[in-house]
This record gives sequence, structure tokens and C-alpha cells, in this order.
Amino acid sequence: MNKLFLKIFTLTIGFSFLYFPILTLIAYSFNDNKRVMVWKGFSFRWYKELFQNEQILEAFYTSLKIASLSATFATVMGVMIGFSLTRISKIPARPFFIFLSSSPLVMPEIILGLSLLLFFISSNHIIGFPSSKGQLTVLISHITFSVAFVAVIIQSRLSSYDKNIEEAAQDLGTIPNMIFWKVTGPVILPAILSGWLLAFTLSLDDLVVASFTTGPGANTLPIVVFSKVRLGLSPEVNALSAIIMLIVILAAISIYLINRSNIKK
Amino acid sequence: MIKDLKKQNVWFVFTPYLWLVLFFFIPLALIFKISISVSEWGMPPYRDLFSLSENGLKINSTLGNYLFIFSDPFYIRSYLNSLSLAFTSTVLCLLIGYPIAFYVAKSKPSIRNILLIMLIIPFWSSFLLRVYAWKVLLQGSGIINSILIHLGLIAEPISMLHNHYAVILGVVYTYLPFMILPLYGYLVKFDLNMIDASNDLGAKPLNTFVKVILPLSLPGIVAGSMLVFIPVVGEYIIPEMLGGSDKLYFGKIIWDEFFVNRDWPIASALAMSGIVILVFPIIIFQLMYAKYNFKNE
Repeated sequence: MNKLFLKIFTLTIGFSFLYFPILTLIAYSFNDNKRVMVWKGFSFRWYKELFQNEQILEAFYTSLKIASLSATFATVMGVMIGFSLTRISKIPARPFFIFLSSSPLVMPEIILGLSLLLFFISSNHIIGFPSSKGQLTVLISHITFSVAFVAVIIQSRLSSYDKNIEEAAQDLGTIPNMIFWKVTGPVILPAILSGWLLAFTLSLDDLVVASFTTGPGANTLPIVVFSKVRLGLSPEVNALSAIIMLIVILAAISIYLINRSNIKK
Repeated sequence: MIKDLKKQNVWFVFTPYLWLVLFFFIPLALIFKISISVSEWGMPPYRDLFSLSENGLKINSTLGNYLFIFSDPFYIRSYLNSLSLAFTSTVLCLLIGYPIAFYVAKSKPSIRNILLIMLIIPFWSSFLLRVYAWKVLLQGSGIINSILIHLGLIAEPISMLHNHYAVILGVVYTYLPFMILPLYGYLVKFDLNMIDASNDLGAKPLNTFVKVILPLSLPGIVAGSMLVFIPVVGEYIIPEMLGGSDKLYFGKIIWDEFFVNRDWPIASALAMSGIVILVFPIIIFQLMYAKYNFKNE
């Protein structure tokens, strides 16, 4: 009995700590007062203003575009790295390639952002590319730090599953390309999906690297939100938080339901 | 296993590495170059490393930027503050996260999956907005102050924002899921019968924990701690939103040196020193840990 009490107590405190700030923010998003913390009455006023704020809407669109492109490129390259490190037995200087592909994981984002910005400036100086800072430079930077994360996920999936399946397919006379599409592909598909999702979230969430590498016309959502809340509070941002939470909760619930129905089958 | 690497596959294998060399290592080499350059007015605001003059090739390199940083306690303190912030918050995340991960992993599968989804939701939601939530809560007119006044614990709102305690709170809150999820991943895998076995053999609960559970969850502890420690060392957003001027951190110093003072050589030298002071210890730790694991297997 004592044990059960301790368990329920710990979980209640833990989850309250995780959810209390988020729920408070959602509650205050319905507050009809410009001063965020003084309750005046229930209204959808800030939601209306949010959907009329073109700066935020445009930034949201830019962020989605950059995040989906970055996730796609990073996933393709992450799969390439995963394959080269686990499936090519004769790759020369393997530790060197491991070092190459995993160093971005330990680099503080502020150093990454600074070095990329200085790189873009001087490469513009020398070869004229990129012609200006903007969505392209943010995209390149996001791909660069996402690749390593995707590679880790793919690698751990590839090295944990039985290679004999591939060899069996080969012995049965399957041509290498078919092995990839019919055997390896389906096995690593969940890893590819979670890699893509992680890269997507990393890009959507990034403020520091984007602040360094952005230019005219490439304000991502975190940059706009940060400029609004850096010095004060913003009721529109409260409404935005509530909407983002709603999207995340719906996504999480649907994944939970899909998983459950898969297990039942 | 793909045994013979076909010629046309070579480019396929090396594209991502080329990408990383071009957009990760060359930029790092570039900030090293700028960090040993002399700053001057103009665009770019530093002198070229090599210049041709009447006397032939002249090298304008200097260690002055590094000497400047390490002779000024202001910069040294910011490195130490960042290290101590990362260390404190990693330990706090572990202390708070371990019991949560443990009890979630020990729940019945039906409840466990729901709890797991509840852990993932804050992990997915925007980092910036979770920091902002604390800014709202800790305001002078915020909800925590109102509760404390209602309870009669304080008479006047106290200022809880803009100090390093608020920064620690913000860091622990936003990075807690990064600690819990890997811990959960390892704790859920191991057989609960082992705990019963240890108890049946007469071990006290504390002994069971120290001798059985802790060693088995060590990889999770290390993975979670890395996921917290590494990004917190360079953290810029949380100190900027919740912190004050009582403690300055490495991330903010680089940011200001670059965006406010526009001193590229000093910002680059700070970044290079940051790699040596903050990142190398992590790499050395990981190498040692890999060796330790290898020995134990």
C-alpha cells in the first residue's frame, strides 16, 4: 500500500510539473485583456487577432516549408550515412567517418550558427554563392545539424536487425537493388519515419541557428515569436501556444490509437 | 551484405560526408582563421591573414584575441557559469526524472502507454513556448505570486524572474523529457523479476536499487545526461528570457559579441575556446565510456 502511494504521489507531482505551465498558458489565451496576467473575461479575441497577423502566418508557412524540405534532405543523407557505416565492410578509415558524421551532435548551436554565418558571408565574397542570406541559407544550416541525428537513428536500427535476412535474400538470388526495396526498406521504414519526424521538429524548433543564418524574407516562426516575447508578454503568443499544443496532442493521440489497433491485430 | 562497392555507388556513399565537410568543418576552420586575425573597421571587420606588401608576403596572425579573453575574468566566469549551469541542471533532471521514468516503466502496459504519450507531448511541443510559459508564470503579477499571496506566505509580489534560479528552473523544465525518455527506454526493458529475486534473497530495497537497478540503467543515465548537458552548455534562449544580469552565460556572450559589438575575431576566439573548454571534455568522456562498456562486455 505504501509503495502504491509513493508511486501515485511521484507520478502526480511529476506530471503536474510538466503540464502546469502549459495548461496555464492555454487558460490565459482566452483572457480578454491586453495585460496578459489580469483576468477580464473569456473571449476568442486573441485567436482572431492571431489569424489576422500576417507576419506570424507568413513565418508559420516559411517554417513549415523549411522544416519539411530540411527533414527530407536530412533523412536521405542520414540513410546514406547509416548504410555506409553498417553495410560496407571495407569502408576505409571507418572511425574517421564516424567522427565526421557524429561531431555535429556535440556542437553547441550557437557555435554552429556563428560558423555557418561567417562561412556564408565569405563564400559569397569569394564565389558569389549564396547570393544573399535567406531561406536557402537557413535550409542548408538545418540540413547540416539534422543529418547527424537521423544517421544515429538509422544506424541503430540497421545494426540491431539480423543481417542474415539480407544474406538469405542474396543466397536466394535476389538482386541487390531488390534486397533494398523488398527486405531492408520495410525493416528500417519506422526508423526512417521517426528520423524524418525528428529532423522536422528540430528545424521547426530552431531559433539560434536560424537567427544567425536568416536574411530578408526568411523569418521563421521561432524568430518572430522570440522578437515578441523577448522583452515582454504577448497575448497572441498565448493563443499560438494553445493551437500548437492542440496540434501536438491530437497527433500524439492518433499515434497512440494507431499503435493500439496495430497491437490488437 | 553489400560486399563489392560498385563504382557508381561511390558518390552515393560520400555525398553526405562531403556535405558535412563543406558546411560543418570548413565553417569551423573559418572561425579558427578569423579567431587569429586582427580586428579592424570595415567589412569584413578583420584584416586578411595574408597580405602582400613591399617586403613580400606578410602574415597578420595574432594570439591577441585569445590572450584578451583569458586575461579577462568576465569571459572566464561566463564559461564557468555555463559549465555549472549544465552540471546543476543535469543532476536535477536526473533526480526528478529518474523516479518518474522508473514508475512509468513499472506501470501496467495499458497505463504505461498512456503515460508515455503524456511524456512525449511536452517533448514535441515548442521549446521556445515552454520557456515562455515560465516567463508568464513567474511574473510579478503572475499566478505563482498570486497563489503565494492568497496563502498568506508573502505580502507583496516577489520578483522571481531575471535571476539564475529562474534560469535553472527553465532549463530543468524544458530538458526534463530529454532525460526521462532515454531512462524509460532502458528501465522498461529490464525484467522486474530481478527486483523480486533480489528482495527474496533478503536484500534491502536500497541495496536492490544500488546493486541491481542502478547498474542496469546506467546506459540510460549516461544517454539522458548527455542529451541534457550538451545543449545546455551553449544555451542562449533560456538565460535571455528568464535570466538577469547576476550571471552571464557563454551563449549570450558570443551572441552579444557578434550581434552587438560586431567584433568577429573576439566572437570567433570565444567560440574556439568554447569548443576546447566545453566540447572536448564531452568527447573525452564519451570515448572513456565507450572503452568502459567494451571492457565490461
